[in-house]
Amino acid sequence: MNFLSIPILAWLVLIPVLGGLLLLLIPGKKVELIRWSALGISLLPLFLTVLLWLNYQPKAEAHFQFEMIIPWFEVIHSSIHFGLDGISLTMVLLTALLTPLSILTSFNIKENVKAFMALFLFLETGILGVFVSLDLLIFFLFWEIGLVPMYFLINLWGGDKRNYASLKFILFTMGGSLGLLLAIQLLGVLMGTFDLVEILKSWPFLQEGTIFKIPYEIVKAIAFWAFVIAFAIKVPVWPFHTWLPDAHTEAPTGGSMILAGVLLKLGAYGFLRLVLPLFPVESAKYAGWLAALAVAAIVFGALSAASQTDFKRLVAYSSINHMGFVILAVAAAAWAGGNTDPAVRQSSVIAVNGAVLQMFNHGLSAAGMFFLVGVLYDRAHTRMLDKFGGLFAIVPNYGAILIFLSMASLGLPGLNGFVSEFMIVRGVWPIYMALTAVSMIGLLFTGVYVLKAIKLVLQGPFNETWAGRISEINVRELVVIVPLMILILSIGIWPSWILTIINQTVMRWF
Amino acid sequence: MNSILSLNTLIWLIPLPPLVAFAVILLLVNKSNRASHGTALLAAGLSFIGSMIVFFKALSATSLATAPFGSEINWLPTGDTWLKIGVMVDPLTAVMLFFVAWTVLMIFIYSVGYHNFGQPKGDHDRPGLPPHGADVTEHGKSHRVLSIEPMYARFFALISLFAFAMYLLVVSDNLLTLYIGWEIMGLCSYLLIGFWYGKESARKAAIKAFITTRIGDVFILLGLAALYSLTGSLSFKEILTNPAVLETLSTTVSPVLGLSWAGLVGLLLFIGTIGKSAQFPLHVWLPDAMEGPTPVSAMIHAATMVSAGVYMVIRFFPLISAGWHPGDTLNPTMTIMASIGAFTALFAATIAMGQNDVKRVLAYSTISQLGYMIAALGIGAFTAAAFHLMTHAFFKALLFLGSGSVIHGMEHGVLHSGDHIDPQDMRQMGGLRTKMPRTFWSFLAGGLALSGFPLITAGFWSKDEILSGAFLGSHMAVFIMLALAALLTAFYTARQITMVFFGEPRSEAAKHASETKPVMTTPLLILAFFALTAGWVGIPKEFPILGHFSPAWFQTFLGSMVESAHGEEHSLVPLLTSLVVSLGGLTLGWLVNRRFKTAAQMDPMEKSLGFFFKVFQNKYWVDEFYEVVFIRPAGWIAEKISYQLIDQTIIDGALNGIGRLGNGLGRLFRFGFDLPVVNGAGDGLADGTKGLGSLFRRMQNGKIQHYMGLAVLFIVLIAAAVVYFVQI
Repeated sequence: MNFLSIPILAWLVLIPVLGGLLLLLIPGKKVELIRWSALGISLLPLFLTVLLWLNYQPKAEAHFQFEMIIPWFEVIHSSIHFGLDGISLTMVLLTALLTPLSILTSFNIKENVKAFMALFLFLETGILGVFVSLDLLIFFLFWEIGLVPMYFLINLWGGDKRNYASLKFILFTMGGSLGLLLAIQLLGVLMGTFDLVEILKSWPFLQEGTIFKIPYEIVKAIAFWAFVIAFAIKVPVWPFHTWLPDAHTEAPTGGSMILAGVLLKLGAYGFLRLVLPLFPVESAKYAGWLAALAVAAIVFGALSAASQTDFKRLVAYSSINHMGFVILAVAAAAWAGGNTDPAVRQSSVIAVNGAVLQMFNHGLSAAGMFFLVGVLYDRAHTRMLDKFGGLFAIVPNYGAILIFLSMASLGLPGLNGFVSEFMIVRGVWPIYMALTAVSMIGLLFTGVYVLKAIKLVLQGPFNETWAGRISEINVRELVVIVPLMILILSIGIWPSWILTIINQTVMRWF
Repeated sequence: MNSILSLNTLIWLIPLPPLVAFAVILLLVNKSNRASHGTALLAAGLSFIGSMIVFFKALSATSLATAPFGSEINWLPTGDTWLKIGVMVDPLTAVMLFFVAWTVLMIFIYSVGYHNFGQPKGDHDRPGLPPHGADVTEHGKSHRVLSIEPMYARFFALISLFAFAMYLLVVSDNLLTLYIGWEIMGLCSYLLIGFWYGKESARKAAIKAFITTRIGDVFILLGLAALYSLTGSLSFKEILTNPAVLETLSTTVSPVLGLSWAGLVGLLLFIGTIGKSAQFPLHVWLPDAMEGPTPVSAMIHAATMVSAGVYMVIRFFPLISAGWHPGDTLNPTMTIMASIGAFTALFAATIAMGQNDVKRVLAYSTISQLGYMIAALGIGAFTAAAFHLMTHAFFKALLFLGSGSVIHGMEHGVLHSGDHIDPQDMRQMGGLRTKMPRTFWSFLAGGLALSGFPLITAGFWSKDEILSGAFLGSHMAVFIMLALAALLTAFYTARQITMVFFGEPRSEAAKHASETKPVMTTPLLILAFFALTAGWVGIPKEFPILGHFSPAWFQTFLGSMVESAHGEEHSLVPLLTSLVVSLGGLTLGWLVNRRFKTAAQMDPMEKSLGFFFKVFQNKYWVDEFYEVVFIRPAGWIAEKISYQLIDQTIIDGALNGIGRLGNGLGRLFRFGFDLPVVNGAGDGLADGTKGLGSLFRRMQNGKIQHYMGLAVLFIVLIAAAVVYFVQI
């Protein structure tokens, strides 16, 4: 087989896992070599992604580009079907970008470096696989592959309560996956194929009739809820969120970056890629509930974040708050599905554009925030906010960067978070006016918790115990954070470079 | 055509120099103080020149109101359409540009002196705290002098960003970029109020400012979303100068309180202004904002922040007043504005009478004067509001910079005499008239303008416009409240000037106070010029005698944007009222407060006002009220309800319960069924039900092969399950 004939998306997904296996051949003592190799390997998917990004045609005829189909389980009509549209391409970019940065962050891991780095690369394969898959079975396969490395990353390199946190993480997510697997099989059996594109041609329109003497309506409702619960846990939608603060807080810094940056997006991506297109009727029916839960996530996420004393936990709760906006937009789009009123359609398109952008933006800012907490923790060996104070005086550069990232997280106009939150609020407003208004409480408290963190870490009387013990951010750390900052700023100022790609897809997909 | 094209480009360029300066200072030249302020001043100068060119072009343009300068570009793809952003200069923008450019430039220049450029470094100075002064030895004698600000470069970076945000807001042709500038200003005010972040009071004030204004901001965001949804645009041109859109908005009913959509959006935006322009009940942040360096106070109080709030509602006046015509009864949104404005004007003026901090008096006077503008707008006096916004910017920038100069002079005295007093406490001052003559004369000009001293000050003309607007529109309640507030304004201004500059020095520090450097006093003198003369562009034609010679330029220029408010009718009542309250208040203030002889004596105000003085001094205990009613309960809900009760007790409690139930069932099966019934045969099953826990424990031996094996096993198992399941 000629290597060049292997499609680019297969390369994209295979490189990390192959690279990870290669790492295993390096003697465990050559720590530096392992680290740099891991970084080098993780840069290859990024390089490929940039190529994909540059070659992607937003206005092309075909919805999915760089498509490839390789027969796999022919008996059950499942094939390795990969393809990208504007939504998945954006997510692939996020993944390919955050993985090398997280690996670079994890250069300070001392124990069992080889295993750590290999797991990290396996994780990347799992995530990229989910985003490019257009076959439900393959989708599920990668979905599960992503879980395992994350479990070990938390369990072996995590903080004090890592056992509890990792078990909670895996049980919660597996609990969701169970239903997902059954629902996917149900669809596969019913439709005679697992190919998403094929299924979409007929499944959403099945109305009358029965299977195993059960009306389609009920079958669909069961499948719908199975999908929804799986993805809701992953996002996480309130009240399925309590695994998140534990997992994020206990994970090593690099793990938290990927967890918050990318893994949470899998859930929201599932909603956009599968739930809304596959179940338009059910989605529209239950959209109001989803919107209410999203607003609960926004408000309670922000309130809980504001009451945290552990910096990392505060950032973890902020994810719940921010992902709530994504789900709110998803709910609005679900409600508007099939509506032909152009005004409603436009609102829904704006909302989904905002949701995808918010996913990307949150990936950047949450990863950045977790990283900055990690920088502080590496030096101080504590994350308790009340132990700091006045650090701005000794680490001005770190302080400025922390304020920058905090402001991105807070949704300051001029930075990325504002653009997506503005689009979501605009898109959702005509559909769920009262809920949008209530979500503003969350937006207000975003300010409260962000400023609380800055206040306790950077401002106030200088805590003399840190004199000479906390050093300024170093070059390796700057290499991690500066690309994030550049992207944050570029989206804030000129969002159309990324939105034109998202927008075209959203218009067609919904 | 060509010249118009380049003019439009120039408008885009106006906000940029300060932004570039911010980046350059932050990233490149922050090690050098001289390069830092050089960059900032150059940038402010460029923006100033650009603004002046545009301003004078605007003056000579015909029908600028209907055909403003400007251009727009695509910014955000929204389905098939784009959200456009752009710049625009119409008469209102032109006026804004004029005073913003002047005040910003003056503040920048002044800051060089304020932060003690050229002075030695203090031995104990550290970033995050104001400089404490340095010991120098001259001719064998050691004495203490002012020391340079340790974060000098950072100050100029931040204040440049501040200026950028204001320019951006002013030249915006749409609500979105206006809001972007608005919020960036919020950030800058937060960072600059908390500039000396090491001080507990400063970080508290910074957070208070940010959060309080953010309350208003989230309402604007809703207003933005609503307006955009309704009209499909955020452009001023397409909404505010489009009668068809305004007509639709004012006739369709919104779901809230029976307001029209125009009224609701107007109200949402106005709530933003309440936050930004510190109107009651969100006024509490502004006085605390005094924690920042004084040039920042001047920025916030005059050139930028609070002016931005008023500017936005002036800009949206066509929407707020949609469907209303001069002479009609006010619509609900306008009524709310008029009430809040007039109440705030009076309320803040009473508090200002009870303050002893030289900057706090000014802070409350700002709140009060902003109330005038809001009230004016509420009663439909569009040009009067804009007029007062402009004159106020000049005299308030002057007063703040003047008070900074006073504080500087006092600090000099403190260092010189070793007298440990608060250099901002007016009770410790007195007699500075002779020590700091340039500061005195310019402060006097500003103070007289603030009190509306007749004819020769700008404040008189703009305040008179507002009062006559209220009177002629027969809004008697507003008129009386504003007139009363004007009386109090003149009173506390006279009190301030008397306590600071007249009488004898009441402390050692005041005895040794000295005039500040020309780099600080020159901006004062320039601003004093405007504080006196800026009103003459708006002398109304109906004014006795002088009116005959006046072109009433301001009214004509800005009035072209809206339906004319009042026609030929005229009354001497508001004019006489202006004269009486201004002169009366000044005289009374002087008479009462000249009795202040020593710092320790009972305040003569307290003697005459008694209990009310306590109320004013404590600002009606609004802060304490908010603390008990909002802040503490919010914290309690966040911690006890949202986190501890919902997350930790209910959700995690239920999860743990399920976990225990699973364990219990497992045990029940094992001991109640497995062992006795199936016994040996069931061992395998029982091992399985022991679950993930033990399995995972075994896997934690750190051997990579095992993890990989497990990962593969997982996939294999799933695949096998799938195949098995499907083939049945």
